[in-house]
Amino acid sequence: MEKDVILHVERISKHFGGLQIIKDVSLSVRKGERIGIIGPNGAGKTTFFHLLAGDLFPTGGKIYYKGREITNMPDFKKAQEGIVRTFQKNNLLNELTVLDNLLLVLQRKRGMANVWFKPRNARRTPPLFAEAEHLLETWGLKDIANERVKTLSYGEQRQVEILLGIAMEPDVLLLDEPTAGMSQAETTYIVRLLHQLPKDLTVMVIEHDLDVVFGLAERMIVLYDGYIFIDGTPDEVRGDERVNEIYIGKGKTVGA
Amino acid sequence: MNKQLFMGVVAIILLIAVPFFFSLFYLNLLAEILILAIFALSLNVLVGYTGLVSLGHAAFFGIGAYASALLAKEWSPQFLLTLLASILAAAAAAAIIGLFCVKANGFYFLMLTLAFSQMIYSFVHQSTTITGGSNGLSGLPSPMLGPVDLSNPVFLYYSILFMFVIVYIVLGLIVKSPFGHVLIGIRENEMRMKAMGYNTALYKYIAFMIAGAIGGISGALYSSLNGFVSPNDVYWTMSGSVLIMVLIGGAGTMIGPVLGAAFIVVLETIVSSYTTVWTMIIGIIFILFVVFMPQGLVGFARMFQKLAIHRLLVSQKGAKSLVNNEANQ
Repeated sequence: MEKDVILHVERISKHFGGLQIIKDVSLSVRKGERIGIIGPNGAGKTTFFHLLAGDLFPTGGKIYYKGREITNMPDFKKAQEGIVRTFQKNNLLNELTVLDNLLLVLQRKRGMANVWFKPRNARRTPPLFAEAEHLLETWGLKDIANERVKTLSYGEQRQVEILLGIAMEPDVLLLDEPTAGMSQAETTYIVRLLHQLPKDLTVMVIEHDLDVVFGLAERMIVLYDGYIFIDGTPDEVRGDERVNEIYIGKGKTVGA
Repeated sequence: MNKQLFMGVVAIILLIAVPFFFSLFYLNLLAEILILAIFALSLNVLVGYTGLVSLGHAAFFGIGAYASALLAKEWSPQFLLTLLASILAAAAAAAIIGLFCVKANGFYFLMLTLAFSQMIYSFVHQSTTITGGSNGLSGLPSPMLGPVDLSNPVFLYYSILFMFVIVYIVLGLIVKSPFGHVLIGIRENEMRMKAMGYNTALYKYIAFMIAGAIGGISGALYSSLNGFVSPNDVYWTMSGSVLIMVLIGGAGTMIGPVLGAAFIVVLETIVSSYTTVWTMIIGIIFILFVVFMPQGLVGFARMFQKLAIHRLLVSQKGAKSLVNNEANQ
């Protein structure tokens, strides 16, 4: 295995009963790569992320991360190890504030999650709050820090979703349709933020908005019917007629 | 925060003063309220903070009560010793039962806890040589605190009050700590907590053990107060009534379960002196709470407070920025 390969997927498959969702997918991802994953609905994109993040386990094949096999490592452990995913649908702690959501990420990162007898507040645990404030400021969410998540607009919740992923300080970030359901202005904003991610962070992004994904990715993977249809540069994918046929042609009905 | 501390100190002083002003009947009633408040507080760790609704919490109450009673009867009535034994026994039981229960969620969790507690009930009910079967254990020696005989109800009351204050402070610290926030996160969205890298099963397990151990304390105090234990203390109706206390008081708050315990015990005492169908009346009140006041007594108090603040603001036009403070915890 090459040295700078961070994630190596070897012939994984996943079936539910008789239904084969992922068929024999192999993939090597280098550190810092930006990979876009596209494909029609039902191609297995999200299932593929579930397998990588540990929400589901493959029925066959192996997954290696930093040279170690992690095929059946549970999801929370993978998150601790640095494989972090954001969800396709907002999946946040809705009754809590944005700040509380973020603090939960930071307190584990900083090894403070198992403090029992010290209240968590700005006076008693200042480093957590300072860091949270810094992050919220950088990401332009400071104004809504003390709002409950459920009172935010969908687009704002989406930003929080992505912020939580980044606050985990991942090595591999899996973004599942980061701009789904966002307005044009919000999409532009998110894309600009994604461009600012550190260079050594490996990002894989599922995205229906082709402008967004071609702008972000340096390598494109087209999933179709559970297998990798094409693995190439954005230009190769754009020029491929078969892709137009299976994906972009159908894209209108998909509602990209 | 300081206001809370102040209120707490005032409440403790009032509770300390009670024996000087009230008769033994009220003292005993208050002692029972404090014990059941500890019990409700322990269940609230699961129901209110971790989002796990248990219908088998009487198991730990009963184990605590029987452990304390057996130890007092067979070996030594030293209060601290029986208390410690109860905590250990209940925690050990929670460690075993929790292994199975925290794998389940929602409805299945509820059914599993119910099943385990009924298993313990059957055991208690049938092993007559150890637990006295349906007669329970009576004629327990009065508890001793060192050389002090706690058969004096005032001393016993103070011991119970002391334990209540300790439990309240310890739990109060835990739920505000980073660890407590993890539990709240699990209540809100366990999947998200896993994605954040939390081993949620482990946290639920620890919460289950905390709840069990403190439930054991309340059982031990109960047997010390009454001088007997009966299998009814382990029966599922006991689990049901403590759950009602938590819900009527206000789950997920510290003061709620205490108010709920007081409310139910007082209601039971008053209503049952007039009519034999008091359980029906409590049932109706519970239904009214669930339908009209799902946040319980605490929610009611907050609503009232908000209304009062609102009135105040309207009457002194222009003041705007006060409202948000109280709504948080």
